[in-house]
Formats: sequence, C-alpha cells, structure tokens
Amino acid sequence: MRPILLAGHERALAQIKYNVDGDLIFSVSKDQQICAWFAHNGERLGTYHGHQGAIWTVDVDPTSTIIASGSADNTIRLWDIKSGKCLKTWEFPTAVKRVEFNEDGTKLLGVTEKRMGHLGTIVVLDVVVDVNAEQNDEKVLTIVCDESKATVAGWSYLSKYIIAGHEDGSVSQYDAKTGDLNFNIAIHELDCAITDLQWAPDRTYFITASKDKTAKLITADDLRVLKTYVSDTPLNSATITPKKDFVVLGGGQAAMDVTRTSARQGKFEARFYHKIFEDEIGRVRGHFGPLNYVAADPTGKGYASGSEDGYVRVHQFDKGYYDFVYEVERERQRELAV
Amino acid sequence: MAPSYDTLRDEDLDEDDYDMDEVDISDIQEKYQVQLEQGYDTFVVVDGLPEVNEEQKPKLVKFLLKKLNTVGKTREDLIFMPMGEDGKSLRFAFVEYSSPAEAAAAVRQLDLVALDKKHTLRVNKMTDVDRYGREGRIDEEYTPPKIEEFQEKEHLRSFLVDPSGRGRDQLVMYRGETVGVFWNNEKDPPENIVDRQHWTETFVQWSPQGTYLTSVHAQGVQFWGGPSWTRQKRFAHPFVNLVAFSPNENYMVTWSNRPISIPDEGHPSLSLDDDGKNYIIWDIETAKPLRSFASLETPGGPAAPGASEDGKRQKLPWPAFKWSADDKYVARLNPGSSISIYELPSMRLMDKTAVKIEGVVDFDWAPATPAREGIKTYEQLLCFWTPEIGSNPAKVGLMSIPSKEIVRTLNLFSVSDVRLHWQSDAAYLCVKVDRHSKSKKSQATTLEIFRVKEKGVPVEVVDTIKDTVINFAWEPKGDRFVIINTTEPVAATAVPPKTSVAFFCPEKAKGNAIGNFKHLRTLEKKNSNAIYWSPKGRFVVIATVANQQSSDLDFYDLDFEGEKPESDKDLTANLQIMNTADHYGVTDIEWDPSGRFVATWASSWKHSMENGYHLYDFKGEQLLGLEAAPPTLLSKEEQKTIRRNLREYSRIFEVEDAERINSADVAVVEERRRLLDEWLQWRRETEEEVAEEREAMGLPLDPVAELLKAKTAEIAPDQEEQVIEEIMEEVLDESEEIVA
Repeated sequence: MRPILLAGHERALAQIKYNVDGDLIFSVSKDQQICAWFAHNGERLGTYHGHQGAIWTVDVDPTSTIIASGSADNTIRLWDIKSGKCLKTWEFPTAVKRVEFNEDGTKLLGVTEKRMGHLGTIVVLDVVVDVNAEQNDEKVLTIVCDESKATVAGWSYLSKYIIAGHEDGSVSQYDAKTGDLNFNIAIHELDCAITDLQWAPDRTYFITASKDKTAKLITADDLRVLKTYVSDTPLNSATITPKKDFVVLGGGQAAMDVTRTSARQGKFEARFYHKIFEDEIGRVRGHFGPLNYVAADPTGKGYASGSEDGYVRVHQFDKGYYDFVYEVERERQRELAV
Repeated sequence: MAPSYDTLRDEDLDEDDYDMDEVDISDIQEKYQVQLEQGYDTFVVVDGLPEVNEEQKPKLVKFLLKKLNTVGKTREDLIFMPMGEDGKSLRFAFVEYSSPAEAAAAVRQLDLVALDKKHTLRVNKMTDVDRYGREGRIDEEYTPPKIEEFQEKEHLRSFLVDPSGRGRDQLVMYRGETVGVFWNNEKDPPENIVDRQHWTETFVQWSPQGTYLTSVHAQGVQFWGGPSWTRQKRFAHPFVNLVAFSPNENYMVTWSNRPISIPDEGHPSLSLDDDGKNYIIWDIETAKPLRSFASLETPGGPAAPGASEDGKRQKLPWPAFKWSADDKYVARLNPGSSISIYELPSMRLMDKTAVKIEGVVDFDWAPATPAREGIKTYEQLLCFWTPEIGSNPAKVGLMSIPSKEIVRTLNLFSVSDVRLHWQSDAAYLCVKVDRHSKSKKSQATTLEIFRVKEKGVPVEVVDTIKDTVINFAWEPKGDRFVIINTTEPVAATAVPPKTSVAFFCPEKAKGNAIGNFKHLRTLEKKNSNAIYWSPKGRFVVIATVANQQSSDLDFYDLDFEGEKPESDKDLTANLQIMNTADHYGVTDIEWDPSGRFVATWASSWKHSMENGYHLYDFKGEQLLGLEAAPPTLLSKEEQKTIRRNLREYSRIFEVEDAERINSADVAVVEERRRLLDEWLQWRRETEEEVAEEREAMGLPLDPVAELLKAKTAEIAPDQEEQVIEEIMEEVLDESEEIVA
C-alpha cells in the first residue's frame, strides 16, 4: 500500500473530505486554501480562493455540486466545485470550526467558536444545491451552547437530530427542527475535548475522538456508547470505514510537545481497530506530525490522513486488507452463503 | 486587616476552618521544645548494692565509683546513699553524672553488671523510676500479662503459589499516586492484585526474598504482605530516608538524614538513648530496634543536616552497614582507621573493639559463606583495601571473621583507585586496580582475581587494560565476567559514551579445575554503560541507561548452542548476541528472580519524558512491563533430577501453556461471536426502523441515490447513465539497450 503524498499545503491540515463517489478529495489547511484533488492519482484539480484566515472545515454536498467551508475569518462560504467560484458568504461574529451538509444537502450546519464575549453556537442555514440559485441570507436556527462550547457537530439520519460534541467531553442531541436540547450525556473523560465526530454511511451511529485517548462508537437516537477504542495517545480524529468493519483513529502527541521527542515516540500513526471487536489491527506510519484528520473513502477503497506536518497521505487498500477477516466473521459469511 | 492577636475574639478562633492536627509543627516543636525534666536526666538509681553500715559506706562508694566512672564522670560527693533508721544502708544509691548522655550510657552499660559474686547492679534512670514507679502507677496486686491468643497470620510467601499454577512472579509499580502489585502475565497485560492510593510517601521496595513489600513514610517504614496485602510490621523511624535489608531478611537498617529527636512524651518504640542518632538496626521478626548509631562525621567537618541536603549526600556511603552473608555480623567502615564489626542479634562490638586497619578505604563482605579448601571451622570473609601511605604499598586484604586472621594480602603500587567485586558464590574476588604511571598522566587498569576456594588463595592477573574500566560485573553463580571500557572519561548524560564491551571467561581445563581467565571478545564502538546479568547466569543485558541520546539494549547468550568459532574452542563460553532493543530514555533495568524476564523502565524520578516500562523475555523479545524470590527449597539432588527430567517437564508445561492459550482462545472466540451477533442484530433493527420511518415520511430509501439520479437526469436528459472510461498509461521504467 504505497500512499500518494499530496504536498499542496504549506501549513497544518485541518480537515479532509471525500465526495460521495470517492473520486474527489477536498482538503483545507491553515494556509487559507481549499484544494480539490483526484483521489486515484493525487493530481490537483484546483484551489478555491477567498478566505482570509485559517480554514478549519469543509464539506461537500451529496451530489458533488457545491462545497461549504468554514474559516477563522468568521465566514462560511459556498463554492461551485466545477468553476471554483464563491457562491455565497455568511458572516458570523466568531470563527467557524465545523460545517456539515445534511443527508440530502438542503441544510448546512455551522459550529461557531466561543470568543470575545460571544457564546459558542450551532447555526443552521438553508441551502439550494444549484450553482445558479440565490442562497438564503437568514439563519434558520441558532442553538446556543451555554454550558460548554460545541467543538464538532453533525446531522443524524433523516436530519432528525443535530448531534454535538463538546469541549467538556460530553455529547448532546438537539432536535434539528426546534433546536431544543433533548439530552446531554458525559461520554468522554471530563474536560477532555471531543475533537472529531464522523458518521456511519446511514447516519444512525457515529464515532467520536477525544483527547482522553479513546474513540467511541455512539448511537444517534439515544446516545448509547456501543464500542470504545482505547489508544495510547490523544486523538484528533476517527472515522468509520465502509464495506469493512473497521475504524481508523488518528492523533499523536500535541503539536506543542512534538519537538521534545523523536518521531518514533510521537505516535504519529493511523491506527486501525476492528469496529465490532475493538481490537487494534494495525498501524500505518509515515507522517512526521500528529494526524489532524482521517477520512475514509465512502466506496471503501482507501483512506486519507492529513497531518500537522502539512501533508495529506492518500492510501489505497491492497488485497490483504480485503482478505483480512476474523474467524467468526468467516463463519458468519459461510452461514449466510448457505 | 486581620485582627491582631490580642484583639482576637474567641469566635474568630472557633471559626478557623483548618484542623489543628493537620498543621505540621514538628519542626517548630523541635526547635523550641523545653526539656522540663532536664534536671533529673543526669541522675541514675543504682540498685542491688550490698547492705553496709556507716563505716563500710565510704569503702563501697569508692568501689562503686570505679565502676561508675568507666562510662562517665561522677564524684564521690555526687553519690548519695540513703541510710535506713537502723543505721544500715537501704541497698541503693542515687548517682549524678555530668551529662544526660553519660547517665544514659550508664543505664545501657552498667545494668545487669556484676558487682561481685553475690551482687548484680541494676541501674535505672531517675526519670524512669519516676515515670514508671510513681504512686498509683504500679498495681499492688500482680496480674499475669494477658497473652494474646494466637492468630494465624497470612502466609507471607503466598506469592510463590500462583493461583493459576504457572509460577508467575509478582511485580510492583508505583505510578502517579498509586502503588499496584501485579502478576506478570508474559504476553498479556499484567493482572492487578491490589492497587492502593498513597500507599507510600517516597518509594516502595521488595525485601530481598520478596516476603515483604516496604513502604516508606515520614513516620517510618511499614511492611506489607500476604495474599490480602495487609500491614505486617511497623518500624517507627521518623523522617526515614533509606532502607536496607540483611540478606536473609532477619534485620533491617533504616537511615534518616535528620537525627532522631525523641519527644517528651516518649516514642512508641525508640528510647531516649536513640536521641540524635541517624541509623537504626531493627530486628524484623519482633519489629524492635536493636541499636542505633549516629552518622559518622565526615572528614570535612560534622555532617550538619543542612550540609547533607546538597551534593554531599550523594557521597554518603550506602549501604553504610554491610551484612555478612548469613546475617551473623554487620560491619561499618570508619574511613581511614578501622572497621567496626557487630555481632547479631546482640549488636555488641565483636571482641569489644573495632578492627584497626590503618588507612582503610573500603571493604566488602563475601556474599556467600565461603568454603575454602582445608578450612573446616565457621568463617565469613571480608576484603578491604588501603591506599599507599608514604613508602608503604597499597594493600588488598582478605580477612577471616571471627578469627580476624588475614588470609591473604596483595601489595600494589601506583594505585589511584581500587574496586572490590565479589562473585556471588564468593568463589572469586576481582580487584579492579586503577593505576597511574609515575608521571600520573596515563591511566591503566588491571584486574587481579583472587581464587578464594583454591588452596592458599592464588591471585591471577588478567592483562592490563589501557582504557579506563567504567563497569565490571561477574556472572552470578558463574565464572565469567563482562567489563566496559572507555577511552574518555564519562561526561554528561547528553552525549552517548563511547565505550567498548569486553567478555572474559576461564579456559577449559582438565577435571573440575578452572582454567586461567582469558579474554573472549571485545565489542568496539558501543555506547553501553551498564551490565545486567541474569540472576541465573548465562544471559546478560548490556545497556545504555540514563542517557538522552542512546538507549540501546543488547541481549547476549554466553552458552549459545550453535556453532562455536575456532578461536574460542579452548574457552568455556560461546558468545552470541540474541537481540537488540531500544527503549527510549531507559533509566533502570531489572531481571526477574527466575531469569526469565527483564523489566526496563524510564523512571519519572530521573526525567520527565516518556516515562513507562517495557518487559522483555530473556531472549530480548519485548513482552509487555517483578518480585524477588527466596532461594529454592529443593535439595541439590532434587534439582539434579529435575534437570535430568527437564525435557519431560517442559513438555508438560508446554501442553499446559498451549491448553491455556487454547482455552483463552475459545473464550475469546465465544466473546467475539456474541459481539458479532449483537452487532448484526442491532444493525438489522436500526435499519428496519429507519426504513419504516422513511416510508412513513414519504422519503426515498436512499436519499443520495435519488439525488444523483435527479442530477444525472438534469445534465443529460436523454440517457439514463453515462459511463466514461479513461485509460491511463504509466511509464514505469525506461531503459536503452544497444543491440549489436
């Protein structure tokens, strides 16, 4: 499995997203650029210019028509993927840390930072997935997080709930229509911030990564912890691989401590765990800084990791990956075949 | 402003929210304590005197004075002998000494001393008589002391019987604020037995045979043991810093840099005699102090508590008290003059005097009871060395105890330093001599090996080594050794030391004799600085510890079973490196007592980076992160039979191991099957529910597929779907060849 190294960014990576077909990769970094890449050969399709600050987040709509990005310049922008044109800019009082489209691409949520007297919020915007359409200026909904600010958030199946991960390690479920808090549950260790939240393909469950060195698989409708993956390093990201029942975790020693130790001690590896059995299966090394984001190809053919070192590494799985099954899984497959 | 003290109202005081008991005022107490009873501290009461009348009295006083003056200073007029109404003495006397220390010495040394054939002196302190004998303190009627009913204690060596029957060892870990004891589980994470918060205040330590786990507190030392890890013993030595055991766990030495100060109300186990002392020797069985000692004054001046805080403390020789192999003697060095040897359990100075050795710098006991040829009587050996004094040569001597006979001496010239290294069976003593040339410019090292068990103790000189030898270690129970040389002095820890490692072993010889020691191999260009032999011999780990740049671990086998190089055919070793490992920042290494595992750890006492531990097997394969064990109870013959049948045993154990792994596997597989079923069940339910919901809401089952279909229809309304195939060609390699 020889990775493709995407060396287009000059600063630390913040987020990476595959489109639904798994043929395009969008990456954002602190260097104020959004890059689009072909997944199969790592060729750069283009960049999107306009943001005036570090870009924290990006998402692509299900039809691969537009992308949304959130930045430290306090804006969320919509872009036409094909032309690179900025379609819309929404302004906010503080930086935007996370954006996500809902399952049909009609709604967009944004997580805003708590700063300068402004509380952290989750905003919902109506979006028309059409490059020529006029976008709505108004926010449909604003959820204020007065307890502990939200660090990450996402849409559940049927756009029923908005799930948010908080700085204090708890996870909240909000009603996506009214914005009411349904419940808030302490999931990770107290005051270990949740750093990532990524969905299973059907958005009925999700995985959270936290600074408490664990990742957890949680149901969307009752926030029940299904699985816990224990690692030996603070985690920045976690993703669920489609097709195979694995999860990939990424993290490493905090960026500020990195210079104090050698690379081998920094734990800058992507770690594969079995989704159901919670065992660690393997590690992929290569980065020389902590992994800030891991993203799985929705077609299940590979994954990409973005690191503090400024590189994206795109991996295509090889045969061994597909062949690897636990004995009990093989047993089950045989049963199903019969 | 806070109210000044005299305007402070009672309510204010009551409102204080701290607990008075928690405030540590012991240091203030120590400083300002008023010794109220000081006036009587110099008095002793001497009982057991003969009955005398007025005329005989001066004679008795004079006679008594002779005795009394052996321990301190007193005068005739300071002895008061009360007379009864009938003109006869009451058979006791009050004596005043010039200092409380002398009075204490009198109690210690004159009590139970015979005055003549009929009379035995009983000497007590005046204050004690007052304290214990005051009216009402003593019950007129004798009540027999209540003997506590015998309660069966937990077996302190229960750790030898592993509940899983696998002979695993225990290990202790002190991390964060908790101390935990674990079973070492080879490849699996250690199994926790007990975990306690704040179990110790400074460190934990196993006793040499693993019977007790020692925890150290400001109040003293505590022992823990048994299957439930209950407290076994308490040794109250205030502000104790260090603990050392005798080899057979009979006695213990504790040391504190603060002299003991006995509070007025007395101390539960220490007496006034111990005041101002630093060392205490304890009997472990009874948990009672045997004798206490003050720290020796260093030549530079008295070792003030303040001075010992800084660098000087590093130089403190520890262990200060060295034990003979069988716990019968303990000795302390008085640098430059003598060695004080005390007999146990009485703790009396052997032959009432220290062994005078002019200029003695260091000494060491033989670590095992020696069995010298032709010597049938009981003896322990100790070796010592003296530097060159004037025109006299430096000397290394071997002394037999208790006879104090010098068994062997060796004269040496141009000596700058000597180190004494006993082999674990006391079969050999290697004396590492650092010599300087006449100009004192170049250094060289020679190794002089005393063959203790052979007749006349012959000394063999192993070739001169030009470089400085920084480390030396005998193979335990064996006759091979490893040294580490360096051409440059060992500098700061920031750079890896440039060293070479040399192995030595005896030549093959006829019969049971052991041949001359020969150089086996030198490995150049190493960075190692430490040698750790397996406690069973044969295997050795050469490592670089406490170094920021290098942290290599090399695992060697000296009896490798493979091909032996031609050059080594006359030697009794076959050296083979088995593995190398790297544990970043390692500071300490330890073998388990069975020689099966090696633990390496980066202690947070020494640096704060990457603290943690690794566990290796003897071959150097890393396992996961060990208790000392007493010597085997099997006789030599039994051991031999076991060794003979080892193959059979190992087969049984292998089967057991395999079964254990299998059964564990079965359990794991069962568990996985359950997890998988659970997961699939949950997925099925969730999928069904979501599908129902979608249907109810009139939404497509797969929203994304619908959207994509819609988009395709928009872009190309005439056709359903379009597949664009792109064929990529990649040039992998290009080469030119000229065809003739």
